[in-house]
Amino acid sequence: MLWEIDIACRPGLPNRAAEGVATAAADLGLTPPKLTALQGYLVQGPTSRADVERIARGLLADGVVETALVARVGDGALTEPPPGLSQLIHVLPKPGVMDPVAQSASDAIADLGIEVEAVRTLKKYWFEKLDAKSLDVLARKVLANDAIEQVVVGPLTFDRLEIGQPYRYELKHVAIREMDDAALMRLSREGQLYLQLAEMQAIRAYYRDAKRDPTDAELETLAQTWSEHCSHKTLGGRIAYRGPLTADGGVGERRFDSMLKETIFAATQQIRKDLGAKDWCVSVFKDNAGIVRFDDAWNVCFKVETHNHPSALEPYGGANTGVGGVIRDTLGTGLGAKPICNTDVFCFAEPDTLADDLPPGTLHPKRVMKGVVSGVRDYGNRMGIPTVNGAICFDRRYLGNPLVFCGNVGLIPRDKSFKEVQAGDHVVAIGGRTGRDGIHGATFSSAELTHESESLSGGAVQIGNAVTEKMVADVVLQARDRGLFTALTDCGAGGFSSAVGEMGQELGAEVWLERAPLKYEGLSYTEIWISEAQERMVLSVPPAKWGEFQALCAGEGVEATIIGRFGHANAAGQPRLELKYAGKSVADLDMHFLHDGRPPVVREATYTPQPEQPLAVARVPGASEAPPQHVWGAAPLAPGTPPASQQDHNATLLKILGSLNVASKEWVIRQYDHEVQGGSVVKPLTGVHNDGPSDAAVIRPVLSSRRGIVVGCGINPRYGELDTWHMAASAIDEAVRNCVAVGADPARIAILDNFCWGDCEKPETLGSLVRAALACHDVALALGTPFVSGKDSLNNEFSFVDSAGQRQSIAIPPTLLISALGQIDDVSRAVTMDLKRPGNLIYLVGATHNELGGSHYALIHDLTGGRVPRVDPQQARRTFVTLHRAINGGLVRACHDLSEGGLAVAAAEMAFAGGLGLQLNLDRMTAAGRSASDVVLLFSESNTRFLCEVAAEKAAEFESTLAGVSCARIGEVVQGSRLAVAGLGTAAPVIDVSLVDLKEAWQAPLRW
Amino acid sequence: MPRPRVLILRAPGTNCDVETAFAFETAGAAPDVWHLNRLLETPRGAGDFQILCIPGGFSYGDDIAAGRIFGNQIRHHLAGALGDFKAAGKLILGICNGFQVLIKSGILLDDVPAKNPPVPNGEGATEPPATLTWNDTGRFEDRWVRLVTIGDRCVFLRGIERMYLPMAHAEGKFVARDADILGALDRNGQIALRYATSTGDCRTVPYPDNPNGAQLNAAGICDETGHVLGLMPHPERHLDPTNHPHWTRGEAGTVGDGLKVFQNAVEYFA
Repeated sequence: MLWEIDIACRPGLPNRAAEGVATAAADLGLTPPKLTALQGYLVQGPTSRADVERIARGLLADGVVETALVARVGDGALTEPPPGLSQLIHVLPKPGVMDPVAQSASDAIADLGIEVEAVRTLKKYWFEKLDAKSLDVLARKVLANDAIEQVVVGPLTFDRLEIGQPYRYELKHVAIREMDDAALMRLSREGQLYLQLAEMQAIRAYYRDAKRDPTDAELETLAQTWSEHCSHKTLGGRIAYRGPLTADGGVGERRFDSMLKETIFAATQQIRKDLGAKDWCVSVFKDNAGIVRFDDAWNVCFKVETHNHPSALEPYGGANTGVGGVIRDTLGTGLGAKPICNTDVFCFAEPDTLADDLPPGTLHPKRVMKGVVSGVRDYGNRMGIPTVNGAICFDRRYLGNPLVFCGNVGLIPRDKSFKEVQAGDHVVAIGGRTGRDGIHGATFSSAELTHESESLSGGAVQIGNAVTEKMVADVVLQARDRGLFTALTDCGAGGFSSAVGEMGQELGAEVWLERAPLKYEGLSYTEIWISEAQERMVLSVPPAKWGEFQALCAGEGVEATIIGRFGHANAAGQPRLELKYAGKSVADLDMHFLHDGRPPVVREATYTPQPEQPLAVARVPGASEAPPQHVWGAAPLAPGTPPASQQDHNATLLKILGSLNVASKEWVIRQYDHEVQGGSVVKPLTGVHNDGPSDAAVIRPVLSSRRGIVVGCGINPRYGELDTWHMAASAIDEAVRNCVAVGADPARIAILDNFCWGDCEKPETLGSLVRAALACHDVALALGTPFVSGKDSLNNEFSFVDSAGQRQSIAIPPTLLISALGQIDDVSRAVTMDLKRPGNLIYLVGATHNELGGSHYALIHDLTGGRVPRVDPQQARRTFVTLHRAINGGLVRACHDLSEGGLAVAAAEMAFAGGLGLQLNLDRMTAAGRSASDVVLLFSESNTRFLCEVAAEKAAEFESTLAGVSCARIGEVVQGSRLAVAGLGTAAPVIDVSLVDLKEAWQAPLRW
Repeated sequence: MPRPRVLILRAPGTNCDVETAFAFETAGAAPDVWHLNRLLETPRGAGDFQILCIPGGFSYGDDIAAGRIFGNQIRHHLAGALGDFKAAGKLILGICNGFQVLIKSGILLDDVPAKNPPVPNGEGATEPPATLTWNDTGRFEDRWVRLVTIGDRCVFLRGIERMYLPMAHAEGKFVARDADILGALDRNGQIALRYATSTGDCRTVPYPDNPNGAQLNAAGICDETGHVLGLMPHPERHLDPTNHPHWTRGEAGTVGDGLKVFQNAVEYFA
């Protein structure tokens, strides 16, 4: 018997769900409809109405603010329209999609002593009369996402909930031996294996040698393991590069056997070698996350992942499971790290994009942004992990392909930092059950997105259940401390296939798939094997510890199941991976072939440096076609004589503060818990009204200690347009300087790379990436800042057929995120960026050059060309070390790094965050012997620069400490409420704006 | 005098147990963190403790409503054990999600005769007098709030006039079933902790100083005895001076404002 329980707000109280729909409709330019919204539950099983009434009033409804209606599905009471409304729409999760609330409700109903077969939630809306078209648009664009939800217009048309069909075992083989190349590629595409021809050929050759055909499970295992997502075959593979080998060098050639190993990893190895006995790296580029030393008892680890493609299709679920996945990465590092903070960086198209301008198959960027933020919020907050650092970049080319970077830092005891599976250990799966959700996530994420992706790959989209993961974390950390397992890893992309394949690489493994607990009946052995259902981890548990481990899990309500045994070899003693289903062998793979059998592909990469162009007006006024029309013939702007429109520096500053990349992200930040775990020291928002932008976060992960970690990041895709070398160098500099600005010791900063690029089968695209990687090597080495982990996401392109029937493709701009994990000996030495006291002096540390290329000054004035900001790594290192000495010596009251918008923006932010006036004089900057132009001095984005506030009585000591690096006293903090900047050679202000106006310009754009 | 023993009760999704235990320990108590399953197996185990604390988090994911499922577990399985605990004059503290649990379980405020439509089998003959529901903003928010105390009924708030603490919740808006109930709580001094403006006004407190729209700016409620307190802000997140958002501006004291809440509980047994 199927019952429906509708929960409504009591009359007179606000209906938040209805308000949310109206706002979302207005966001898309639709007329906000009149409506009401109800939360519904479908409950299958109970035969007595009294029982269902008890469920409704004793569990589901809050009598103070809500009312409940109980009826059997089909009962007219459920379809009785409220006054003035007539159109009924239901939205339900599709069968098999994770419905955490229903799961919890089901357990809680059982706790009431009432038996149920199934529970599902639904959202129920009553609208005023709508025409068919509006109804369709509302349903598709506002109420539901077809990737995970189904819409029922009018009364519900079913009287039973789908709960799976029994599975009939049938072993499947794929006749690969007979296939020609065309058939191989068809199999690769249609089977969603997304392997290349050479790889398909290698598989065919292997099975021809073996004189048999592969089973479907074997083929899937190979595809998962060889996917770009799992193996990083492009960047970890062979590359023939032709282009400059240094920042300014002439064109040369270099052949890589493994590009990442020979650039980024090599820099780390050299740094570790140079440090000798003082090496503080512990485990790099090996485990799920990079591990470095923290103190005598603890190490810290850090990982940043992307979840771009799932987030494009289902922003909430994609971001949600992205956070869940990266948390499992650190939880699965060594013998398990405790997650201590999250970072989140996003790239979206502008949220004010017109709905009519969207290519088919894309979601509106505002919907994407809201969904992603909610997804991150709900997972991180529920896990009890503070989200402390992030950034958001906006560019139209992220329209069909947003970027979602999720990072997690973990704390791990020094003696638990390594894992080693032992032969004979049980293969144990814990956490969530396996379902059909998330099939083909690994291979899907390695393919290009198209407007059909939604229908093709819907199965790869999932919703997470954070509480399940929290329970897993609780168990893992206790079991770790009691020594109950020898190794663990998370089930991420590829599910069991990747987790067991990876853990059993050396010893082999045998897996009994029918033992894996399922969400519902009907999964084939292959589906069980490759499902990426969330919140699962695999552990190797010695048989002697199994009893204690099982009891621990039972006490915490976590399901733990033995699904196999590690240690499995063929007759020749080679490790093998054998899968069985109810005693029958369904796959038998040689581990060596699985992990090393992929044929090396040599990819071509070329980079042609663009000659530097003068800064010039980008497009004809009035023209709005993208890409911008470059007017290279335009006269270069002589420094100091910009056209009239660019001479109003007040207006320029306000416009940059209000540009989306710079504008306040408070609406996002406030939705994240950044205080949980109790160790917050420097918060994401700071200052007298807790709303100024911090450079980096400082937290104290061990509450009984004064030692802190510092988390910052650097990203600027705009520089990559001009030169990916300098983009990479600038991103590293930015990440490091953000950390140094709040007090991190530059000698103890570890960094991570996340390359998000377009289609790297194109030699120019790959070439621009290789150039960035070469820069990473040189700059990291020069700064002594090791990379400890990284991840890449390629094929970030979106293709669609436009209204004229033409195939179009949008590639994202090359985007490199550098995340930094710093340390501070004593958190009481940390500084924040808000101005503290009138009379204090302001110093600019670091040199300013004419580097307006890719700047926000160029952005808001529609200029192209110009010199992209560079990094002088030797000078940067000296500056970081020296400034740190001053900060650590207590000489600095406030410090803020200069980035987008340069000096003017940094000064404005410091002033309004501190609620104090600021007077600067640009002549003092030239006195330090640098470029001469108000525009350059105000808005250039030269790297390695800081503004420091210093008390007058500490000025002499500060100046002597900073001797040897560029440092100029350029002004002072004043009582008052204006930012005033005197221009070159004149006492008249070139900038004079009230703090109220500055702050409003900065806060207004994203105050949602 | 031995250190009072604190039972910190966690359920699936509880996530502030570690720092809450640290707070009690710093204040001089002996905390012990138990999974709810353990107490359900041996409800009388609670008798060995002097203080019960339900910390913050998202028990059962806040599914259905924040604190509802955990609250129901207490209602249906632990009402006796916790009723005895209360009757013995021991202390109970619920922070954030713990406050939501205390309200929804009936431990903090006794159920009242039902006014809302009763249920056929009579189980609705009584109902909770108040609830914590969605913030007026309709979303989770994390911000620091200024708080003032009212009266001296509550043991946990003795000697505290003001506090500056972080809140981080989505469902923290205190709503009483009707004006009579709200008035009685007010008159009894049970709305012991209130959101305030920067000038210390706790009567007219607009958003965001009152971050969720709570009636009478209620941030914390105590029972009639003053031994049971539930509050939405997190005292355990402000133990150290460097937790204070303005510590770099020289505004923090030598210890965080929240520590006194835990010290009061310890001193009560001294």
